[in-house]
Amino acid sequence: MSTDNLEPIAREARNLIANARGLAELEAARVALLGKQGSISALLKTLGAMSPEERQASAPAIQALRQEVADALGQRRMAMEAAALDERLAAETLDLSLPAPERPQGSVHPVSQVMEELAEIFADLGFSVATGPEIEDDWYNFSALNMPESHPARAMHDTFYFPDPAPAIDGQAPGRMLLRTHTSPVQVRTMLGTLDRQPGGAPVRIIAPGRVYRSDSDATHTPMFHQVEGLVIDRDIHLGHLKWTLQTFLAAFFERDDLVLRLRPSYFPFTEPSVEVDVGFALQGGPAGKVRVLGGSGDAPGHGWMELLGSGMVNARVLEMSGFDPNAWQGFAFGVGVDRLAMLKYGMDDLRAFFDGDGRWLRHYGFSAFDQPTLSGGVGARR
Amino acid sequence: MKFSLEWLRWFLDTSASATEMAEALNRIGLEVDALEDPAEKLAGFRVAEVLAAAPHPQADRLQVLSVSLGEGEPLQVVCGASNARAGMKGVLGLPGAVVPANGMELRKSAIRGVESNGMMCSVRELQLGDEHEGIIELPGDAPVGASFAQWRGASPVFDVAITPNRPDCMGVQGIARDLAAAGIGTLKPRATEPVPGSFACPVAIRIEDEEGCPAFYGRVIRGVRNGASPEWMQQRLIAAGQRPISALVDVTNYLMLAFGRPAHVYDLAKLSGAMVARRAREGEQVLALNGKSYTLNDSMTVIADEVQVHDIAGIMGGEHSGVTEATSDVLLEIAYFAPERIGATGRRLGLASDARTRFERGVDPAFLDEGLEILTALILRICGGEASEVVRAGSPPSEPRRIAYDPALAERLGGVAIEEPEQRRILEALGFAVSPDWQVTAPRRRHDIEGPADIVEEVVRINGLDRVASVPLPRVDGVARPTATPQQALERRLRRAAAARGLHEAVTWSFLPQAQAEAFAPAEGALWVLENPISEEMKAMRPSLLPGLLAAAGRNRDRGVAGLRLLEIGRRYLRASDGTSDERPTLGLLLAGEKQPRGWADGRANGFDAFDAKAEALALLHEAGAPVEKLQVMGPDAAGPGPQFHPGQSATLRLGPKLVLARFGALHPRVLEAFDVEGPVVAAELFLDALPERKGGGFARPPHSPPALQAVTRDFAFLVPADLPAGELARAVRGADKANIVDARIFDRFDGPGVPEGQVSLAVEVVLQPGAASFTEADLRGITERIVVTAGKLGAVLRG
Repeated sequence: MSTDNLEPIAREARNLIANARGLAELEAARVALLGKQGSISALLKTLGAMSPEERQASAPAIQALRQEVADALGQRRMAMEAAALDERLAAETLDLSLPAPERPQGSVHPVSQVMEELAEIFADLGFSVATGPEIEDDWYNFSALNMPESHPARAMHDTFYFPDPAPAIDGQAPGRMLLRTHTSPVQVRTMLGTLDRQPGGAPVRIIAPGRVYRSDSDATHTPMFHQVEGLVIDRDIHLGHLKWTLQTFLAAFFERDDLVLRLRPSYFPFTEPSVEVDVGFALQGGPAGKVRVLGGSGDAPGHGWMELLGSGMVNARVLEMSGFDPNAWQGFAFGVGVDRLAMLKYGMDDLRAFFDGDGRWLRHYGFSAFDQPTLSGGVGARR
Repeated sequence: MKFSLEWLRWFLDTSASATEMAEALNRIGLEVDALEDPAEKLAGFRVAEVLAAAPHPQADRLQVLSVSLGEGEPLQVVCGASNARAGMKGVLGLPGAVVPANGMELRKSAIRGVESNGMMCSVRELQLGDEHEGIIELPGDAPVGASFAQWRGASPVFDVAITPNRPDCMGVQGIARDLAAAGIGTLKPRATEPVPGSFACPVAIRIEDEEGCPAFYGRVIRGVRNGASPEWMQQRLIAAGQRPISALVDVTNYLMLAFGRPAHVYDLAKLSGAMVARRAREGEQVLALNGKSYTLNDSMTVIADEVQVHDIAGIMGGEHSGVTEATSDVLLEIAYFAPERIGATGRRLGLASDARTRFERGVDPAFLDEGLEILTALILRICGGEASEVVRAGSPPSEPRRIAYDPALAERLGGVAIEEPEQRRILEALGFAVSPDWQVTAPRRRHDIEGPADIVEEVVRINGLDRVASVPLPRVDGVARPTATPQQALERRLRRAAAARGLHEAVTWSFLPQAQAEAFAPAEGALWVLENPISEEMKAMRPSLLPGLLAAAGRNRDRGVAGLRLLEIGRRYLRASDGTSDERPTLGLLLAGEKQPRGWADGRANGFDAFDAKAEALALLHEAGAPVEKLQVMGPDAAGPGPQFHPGQSATLRLGPKLVLARFGALHPRVLEAFDVEGPVVAAELFLDALPERKGGGFARPPHSPPALQAVTRDFAFLVPADLPAGELARAVRGADKANIVDARIFDRFDGPGVPEGQVSLAVEVVLQPGAASFTEADLRGITERIVVTAGKLGAVLRG
């Protein structure tokens, strides 16, 4: 067969492939051309009946035609598949501006956050965390803290009482049950607790965070709030250590090196000497007019002092009532409002909102689960 | 304690400014709450002379004044006061000045068509007194044009917070003494000349209650005139916040504010017979000077004559014998009352007074005679009259308090080295006596000085706390260990796990309305109910965290919050068997409203159901380290979840039949109704106190190599009685062949066509883990058999 005779077959094949509409027709074309009964297959079969010379003359053209047809079929198939995929994908288009399913985001309450921050800072200074009951008896809340029954300072505590009598303590008149007005009873409980291990006394270094209660309610006072108590007892702890500890803790908490503390003599029955601590702030213009920004001396122009916490050297009587020998042990204690610290650091202005459980407030002022305070990552959570 | 600079200077010789004094007061522990300069309030008010007064052309009651300030043209001022007239001197407020009484800024204006360039002021407008008839008339020698404040000598006023340990500073003299010790000026010497009595005291005084009233001194003054007290005294009293009443009353207030020494003056004409300090009789009544009647009892000390009580001792006098304008003869009383007695009486009566504040903190026991002499001299000077001899009953406590002091203690406790002579100087300036060998005797007015630490405080505060150097705490030896207790660590972990799961941590009140607390009270043990709650809303301590969260959910709903996930970690307050407080760590969570808002994909919003509460409870228990795979879903029964929950959609999670770790489910519609919250609301409460203690253990995990062979899954469908909890079937299947079965999970529940009445079809996917070798057909047949047999014990039949 001469190669001239191949041309019509080739033309037909090309037409067949080019005109195929869809993969089914293309497959039919393949069968018609390369299938067992296909026209190209028939041509190939003719080679078997040829003489070697004839075969040598015809084979290359026939083989080339077969190859050409096979390639054309392949290309056409790929093109068709690509087009079909494009078509399918086009049909699958999503409007990705639509919202994606959301996992709910929770939050940690500022009071918890700040308590954890404080625990972190004080852990670095070697303080453990202690706790005590909130429903106390008046011996722990008052008497053991050098506030006997008739003490005028008791009246200043606006105490919530229960009608229940307190369990009698050896040699004491049975007192009353009350809601603790401060975290200071934890001092006494902690000291008494160490006596089991070391009679006569032992070094103590604790903070005691928790809820406290005063019968007081206005814009800046709520009948329940939070305090952290600190207590350090050792052989020769003095006021200078107290000063350093407060300075160090406040600088770490507010992450400011320019905090200036002013210590003022004051009075608490459970400390002697007693010291009230002010921190300097600057009044800066903000959207609301005046914002207090901690830092700098309160005596500078445009600055002021803000009362922040009470502290002092633990009164010898408190040591004594807690079973410690006041001639051998001395130390300091301080108490600070946690809610207040939270407000100063994170900018809330209404204490009452802390305890309302308003989802919108919690979302705004709460902290991410991953804002866990650490010394290396920072104890504060920045916006 | 309020006082004017002028009064302070009467005791203290100093050139220090008010600001310097305020700084010093803060430094030594007398906290200045405020330092107010009346000159600032009176800025813009000047001494002016009325040159001419003419009737206002448009108004009968008004006059048009021509007023001179001594310089420039006279000003035209419209004035409504009838006493305004030519030639008088008064106080003119210029435009821009702010009227102290009402905060109004004066402006140039036209009054009924006549220009007015300021205002002539009344006493009341300038807050100098109550007088408001007419304008102020100044004496003829008042310099025209001068600042009124300056001319009047208005003195800055200090408001100092006195701590309860310093009653000696509840008088101006005490404050002056402290300032002098701190180097602000010198205390002026003050000699009190005794006033000799010219006749025997006609009133006998007696003490029958020596415990409550150790000392009672008195004397009579005859022939007094009780008019207004002099201007200088009124000014001092007004600056101190005390309203002048009458000379006799003002004089006692003056003594109290100047020296911290309350006293009382009786109208002698109203007394009959001897005056006795005694216990009140049960039920005895007295009408006090505040106009209120008090019923007394025998725990209280009173001063009474033969007829009635005239004074609730140390707290408030009686109306009956109070002095009036008509009073001509008086009995002065100066007594020493036991501080505890005064405090207890005041608390019991709910009666506060300036006298009580001082007596209950302790007045100076060494100041009775001197106080009485000062009082006498003032009365004679102001009211005239003739004084009797002094009569005295009893004597005030007089044991001096001597303390062996080691000056080295200032450094050991106070952290600051102060030279011995300086320590001695400070103590002596404060009135302490210091012997050469450092025996320190405190003045008797200093009830707060009890031991060496108190002396350290005196020395250190006067020396200045700013001189105490900051000293680092010694580092604790050894490697840092956790400082939180396991309980605290657990709470922190749960809090953050919950926040990561979408819960918002709330902090709600520990106290609840009693009805709400009762609705959640456990079956046993009474609630803690406050005796003096701040309101009915905050009366009973919460026995559960759920009511507080539920109330918060209600508030959120009212504010339009559609979906809420709240968490709280805190205490629930129970009672131990001996009645003491049993505060248990608890985690409460509440899911209310929409779980998922309406979405474009699935249309409707869907709400929470009991399974959401279960999921949170289990996830958090898992985080808490509880063996979640061993927990059983049980109840409702006596152990929970309690009547607050929907009986068919709630349960407890228990380790064994009795140990309840948590309760969860939908809240009961009646509870929701009581809290005015729309349902459904689901909640869970985890009893953190019930969690089994975690076994210590080290850091290393038990060894584990993931199995080499793939796990095999087989599905089983059982027909079971409809009341069989599906969890029990899964549990049974899981336990059917512990060596091979690693999990069994319900993946279908069906009770439609083809399932007999009273039964449901449960499909269980069982995961089998081959060990060293793959399962053979025989192995699998064996396992299947065991599963079917085990399930059969629960009434489950394998579906064909």
